[in-house]
Amino acid sequence: MLETADAHVEFRGVTKIYDRRTTAVQGLDLDVRRGELLTLLGPSGSGKTSCLMMLAGFEMPTSGEILIAGQSVRNLPPRKRGIGVVFQDYALFPHMSVSRNLAFPLRVRGLQAAQRAERVQRALRIVRLEGFENRLPNELSGGQRQRVAIARALVFEPSLVLMDEPLGALDRRLREEMQFEIRRIQQSLGVTVLYVTHDQQEAMAISDRVAVFNRGKIEQIAEPETLYEEPERAFVAKFIGDNNLLRGRILSAEGDICQVETSGGGGGTVSAFQVDSKQSSGTTVLAIRPERVALAPAPGTYRNEFDADVEEVAFLGDHLRLRLTVCGSSDFCVKIPNIVGHGTLLEGDHVRVGWGVTDCRALPDEGLLD
Amino acid sequence: MLSNPRVRAGALTLPLIAFLGVTFIAPLGAMLWRSVHEPLVADALPQTLALLEAWDGLAAPPEALYRTAAGEFQQLQASRALGGVATRVNRVQGGSRSIIMRTARELRGTAPASWREAMIAAHPAWGEAAIWGAIRRAGERYTIRHYLNALDLKQDIQGRIVAQPQEQRIYLKLLGNTLAASAAITLICLALGYPLAYLIANAKPPWPNLLLLAVLLPFWSSLLVRSMSWIVMLQKEGVVNDLLVALGLVAEDGRLIMVYNMIGTMVTMTQLLLPFLILPLCAVMHGIPPLHLRAAASLGANPRQAFLHVYWPQTLPGVAAGSLLVFILAIGYYIAPALVGGRTGQFISNLIAYHMQYSLNWGLAAALNFVLLVCVLVILVAYNRLVGIERLRFD
Repeated sequence: MLETADAHVEFRGVTKIYDRRTTAVQGLDLDVRRGELLTLLGPSGSGKTSCLMMLAGFEMPTSGEILIAGQSVRNLPPRKRGIGVVFQDYALFPHMSVSRNLAFPLRVRGLQAAQRAERVQRALRIVRLEGFENRLPNELSGGQRQRVAIARALVFEPSLVLMDEPLGALDRRLREEMQFEIRRIQQSLGVTVLYVTHDQQEAMAISDRVAVFNRGKIEQIAEPETLYEEPERAFVAKFIGDNNLLRGRILSAEGDICQVETSGGGGGTVSAFQVDSKQSSGTTVLAIRPERVALAPAPGTYRNEFDADVEEVAFLGDHLRLRLTVCGSSDFCVKIPNIVGHGTLLEGDHVRVGWGVTDCRALPDEGLLD
Repeated sequence: MLSNPRVRAGALTLPLIAFLGVTFIAPLGAMLWRSVHEPLVADALPQTLALLEAWDGLAAPPEALYRTAAGEFQQLQASRALGGVATRVNRVQGGSRSIIMRTARELRGTAPASWREAMIAAHPAWGEAAIWGAIRRAGERYTIRHYLNALDLKQDIQGRIVAQPQEQRIYLKLLGNTLAASAAITLICLALGYPLAYLIANAKPPWPNLLLLAVLLPFWSSLLVRSMSWIVMLQKEGVVNDLLVALGLVAEDGRLIMVYNMIGTMVTMTQLLLPFLILPLCAVMHGIPPLHLRAAASLGANPRQAFLHVYWPQTLPGVAAGSLLVFILAIGYYIAPALVGGRTGQFISNLIAYHMQYSLNWGLAAALNFVLLVCVLVILVAYNRLVGIERLRFD
């Protein structure tokens, strides 16, 4: 756990239950470090937006405490929290021009006109929208509206900004462009950003850390690389990137390495890196990245080498995607970079595949594969 | 031409245009025509009027005029058409009807040597210029008389436009009352309807539907019933007074008079017109994302600022549409003032109805109608300047 002095925002045992029935967030503990961009990632309904709304002050936690800079915000209305919020649909005021939208938070704070104009100009410069002052929101493109929404959340110089699926309405190209833009702005201003998305690529691209949400709880919180390379939960392995998940039974364990017999029959014994080294029996879920599987390796290269049948070959431009039957699973996916062209492998071919022990993680079985 | 899809699509509106033409534009034109075109006297007394045209109005009327007039009066009396003519002359100058009718009665079947003396004997008014002037004016085929009348003006004997005598000025005051009461009703509707519309647009189900039902429920009963029920509520021995007395707010002998006056009219009309404000307002409020108020709060606005700067401006198209609708409906309202307005709570429409049904002065009724129409057009133009008609939204 972090030291409190480092934390900008702290969730302490926060639970949110709607209508006494639906639990959105369950006993959440989360620290957001000052100046970082932390992404809450998860499928819809996993509680990430509820967290944001509670932090912004629009929802009250059913129990637990939220602290900003060490102070509880339980009795602070949204307008006094000084948090910039970028909403999913931007929530730009359609009857105000861009500059009046941006000046709004300054006006309600009683700033003089000259000061307002200067700050609005600065904010427009940050999001690169100079010259659009007098446009109405409906005269802007989606990306421009997005920039205005970000500028408006920044113009009153909050130290904490919340973004709720801000790029959800944009097309892919624009989304990628804006990801860089948000990252650039966040780093140049040094603000703390809490970012909500269900798009794992987006989360990977912009975040300092990512918290993966599932059913109102955090499954894992880590840097993007760690999350990808070292998932600790089957849900994370499944949600982040592509993964082959095989269920099996632990035969024996020795240190970090365990021997697993895959279910489904016809499979051999797989050597895997064990995440929870205390477990020496019972079922487990093996996670193997499609791009870490080697085709036709020189015999003896890997501890795990098996015979496979090619079921399907798909050409995807930069890589080939194979569907294999291996270790009793007929849905085993392998990606090979498009270096030598394709056509060497065809459906129905037999091929030998192999992967290293560290590329095969044995995770606790939470019944996700049922 | 019909192969052009736009022309064909446009042709689909032809029935509507024809319908509008037959049911709206044509009657409107007929009404306007009637307010300036009054041929009855001119057709009935052609020779008399021709002689009157030649007469300068100052010298004593010539014998030929008396003879011609008496002859035409007798003819008209024989065909029972004189009453209508006399009534129209009477509208130009009060008392003329009885002069004409009495004279015609006295002259019936006689053939005196001097028609002049015989007519003056029948009624001394024939010796003066006034009655002849009245006949001449009533004989004008095209006249602005009704408009002058509607604006509390008249032409004096020399043809100058002057104000009506104080005690006969009723129309402008009534028009003013109508406009002021309509404006007040609109404001009351807005004050009552705005919060309700907000509730309907923002409440959680099933409340919006229930509230909307409550707003529309009165539409399921007759306008008459709704108006009359206010008499039950507001009369001296009515529910409201009983309640006030029971609560001790009003003494038994000090029961309030709330019906058969302007209060009754305004209360009733407010209730009748409220849905016309709520519905368009509701539609507009429905289109305003609740997120906007959250956004305003997150940007530091207190509830008052959020409402004033973010919510209210976005509801303006609905406010404009609703209040325009209510105001225009109100100034033409007839049934509620007629039922619960008594003597002081009348609107201009009630007087128009009076002239249509009782005094049978359709020309004046038409002129009053047209004045009302001009008022509405002026208000529409003013609204357009202020709000912009293209921003009105009824959807």
